[in-house]
Amino acid sequence: MVPVLNLVHLYPGLLNLYGDRGNIITLKQRMAWRNMELRVHQVGLGEDFPDVPVDLLFMGGDQDREQVVVVDDLRERLAGRLSALVDDGVPFLAVCGSYQLLQRYYHPARGPDLIGLGIFDAHTVHPGPDVARCVGNIVARWDLGTIVGFENHGGRTYLEGDTAPLARVVAGFGNNGQDGTEGARVHNVFGTYIHGSLLPKNPAFADLLLRLALDRRFRDIELSPLDDSLEEAARRSAIARTAS
Amino acid sequence: MMGARRTTAVAAARAAGLASRVLGRGGGTALPGLIATALDRDIIRDLALQLPCGSAMVSGTNGKTTTSRLLAGIVERAGYRAVRNQSGSNLERGLASTLVQEADFLGRLPATRRALGVFEVDEAALPDVLRAIVPRTLLLLDLFRDQLDRYGEVATVAVAWSAALRGLSRDTVIAANADDPLVATVAESGVGPVTYFGIASAERVGTVPEHASDVKACPRCGGPVIYDRVFLGHLGHYRCSACGFSRPRPEVTAREVQLHGVHGSDFTLCLPAHELVISFPLPGMYNVYNAVGAAAAAHTLGVAPGDIRAGLEAATAAFGRMEPIDIAGKRALLALAKNPAGLNEVLRTVVESAGPAHLLMMLNDNVADGRDVSWIWDADIEMLAGAIASVVFSGSRADDMALRFKYSGVLDGAGGPEWDVCKDTRDAVERASRLVSPGETLFIVPTYTAMLDVRQVLADMGYVRPYWEE
Ligand SMILES: [Zn+2]
Repeated sequence: MVPVLNLVHLYPGLLNLYGDRGNIITLKQRMAWRNMELRVHQVGLGEDFPDVPVDLLFMGGDQDREQVVVVDDLRERLAGRLSALVDDGVPFLAVCGSYQLLQRYYHPARGPDLIGLGIFDAHTVHPGPDVARCVGNIVARWDLGTIVGFENHGGRTYLEGDTAPLARVVAGFGNNGQDGTEGARVHNVFGTYIHGSLLPKNPAFADLLLRLALDRRFRDIELSPLDDSLEEAARRSAIARTAS
Repeated sequence: MMGARRTTAVAAARAAGLASRVLGRGGGTALPGLIATALDRDIIRDLALQLPCGSAMVSGTNGKTTTSRLLAGIVERAGYRAVRNQSGSNLERGLASTLVQEADFLGRLPATRRALGVFEVDEAALPDVLRAIVPRTLLLLDLFRDQLDRYGEVATVAVAWSAALRGLSRDTVIAANADDPLVATVAESGVGPVTYFGIASAERVGTVPEHASDVKACPRCGGPVIYDRVFLGHLGHYRCSACGFSRPRPEVTAREVQLHGVHGSDFTLCLPAHELVISFPLPGMYNVYNAVGAAAAAHTLGVAPGDIRAGLEAATAAFGRMEPIDIAGKRALLALAKNPAGLNEVLRTVVESAGPAHLLMMLNDNVADGRDVSWIWDADIEMLAGAIASVVFSGSRADDMALRFKYSGVLDGAGGPEWDVCKDTRDAVERASRLVSPGETLFIVPTYTAMLDVRQVLADMGYVRPYWEE
């Protein structure tokens, strides 16, 4: 029997702007190369969770317009199920726009505030269409070394209480371009502004998500090492381009 | 009235264009415009106002260069002299350069020739350009995700276009792609008449927009958009199930489109009172959209159907758009790909071509390419499985593209292609062409600045002429 993990990809049709698909492809392939299987289940607007045990959750980033469409559905239909999964330790990766939706609220450039799920004790304020967006290559430090990628966001995120940042910015903007923090982590929920794509160029992050999921489901499966030399080369060229 | 300042600006700009061509630097396309606009800010408007037959403008994310070239070919058959901004220098400066080259040293455009401006305009620059020049026809091709770091989100460009169209009078006819929900929404916001174009039917048709799709929600109400037919990216026959917004009925269409790989396509072009069977030499569905768009624009300018057909059938590839190149007896095609939808279409042509295909993928992340290379993950590289014999990766982000190919599974297995990373452009061209046997085809697929780079290298090696001689 090939070990199987089930990943639920939330709103794939609506939230998918900055190569988010690369994150899913990476998780799938890094399982396949180890003779395991990642099954991806898509849950769109108005759709229910699949009838499978959920091992991983993913939500991508998108334009403000799509966030408005998603936020009510997310809060009204899925909030209960999501917070149960999160409490149960299911790893959850939320990038950019969906990182914002997991916070307490998002104050957009136009229109009313969006009330988020409040999984992160944090909020985001868009300083208005005339203020420059946070755009560029980003390098940040965290427990597992260096995260590299690209960021492109108008909103500035402020962590509150004792919410821990995911990483510390080395070069780039991160949450707000001021306090040197990037992203947030609560339990096994990871929020980040880094796309670019995130997981292909950060295989240690991909493997962390897989290990957290495997440990919950199977306990005794090790992640065998892979040849990551191309990943390393891509990381080096991304870091080199950050300096230029 | 032309003052001394105008004369000076035109003279200085013309001299700079001549000098830079003689010195063989920069192609002489942007510098004269830079000088002219620096010395005299109103020069574009004043020179454009003198164009005796007015102008047509072509804008959109993909296909501007090819479509303006097609339109120029068509209107020249109708007896106009097309004044174009060439070589992709498609911003304000490029327009100024073009107009300055046409002017005499007093800054006048000769009225005797039937000069008609055919201008390709960068989608982000369109609102500014429309404030300076009022075209007779404005052709709106498509809006795709392209360089988010520079232009922002697709929806932002659409909003800016809508505002610009509200400022136009009824004198400008809009020729708009009915199959693009974003463009159709924009076209409705103008006051002038709209001639819609689109594809009616094709051999190759889907019902689900591609991964790279930029339209996920109805541009009018945010509701779910349903497609009956998808021809390319998010272009097709759509309707919103919430507010009833749907594809406008086009007046100019292509039906029964049949694609023949790199050899082009056949389709029936339907104009309001005519049907013409077209044998079109440029490959891919995207070029069918370019052809129908050019036909619609020509129709609004009053060009006869026979001239439209002749112009389309005589089409040759624009600079770097499936441009054939002979590399020491080996056949190569240079195909610009700068966003997911564009890359998908190039790769589809690779898959549909007969015989083993070889690739040279060149990914740069300069400002003109977009600093953000995440878009490569939204392209459907997976379709290449089993279809390529070799692939060489080059450019400043060669490793990112190699990684994208690795995760697509295309490089896997015993029967996988031979592959290599060569950062240096000349090394990459030499390595890639060595892998090609006679009778096989090398597809060189660069981003914008990588295309300029590889073209320079090919010129240095003697395989193409420098682009400013074209
Ligand atoms: Zn609608």
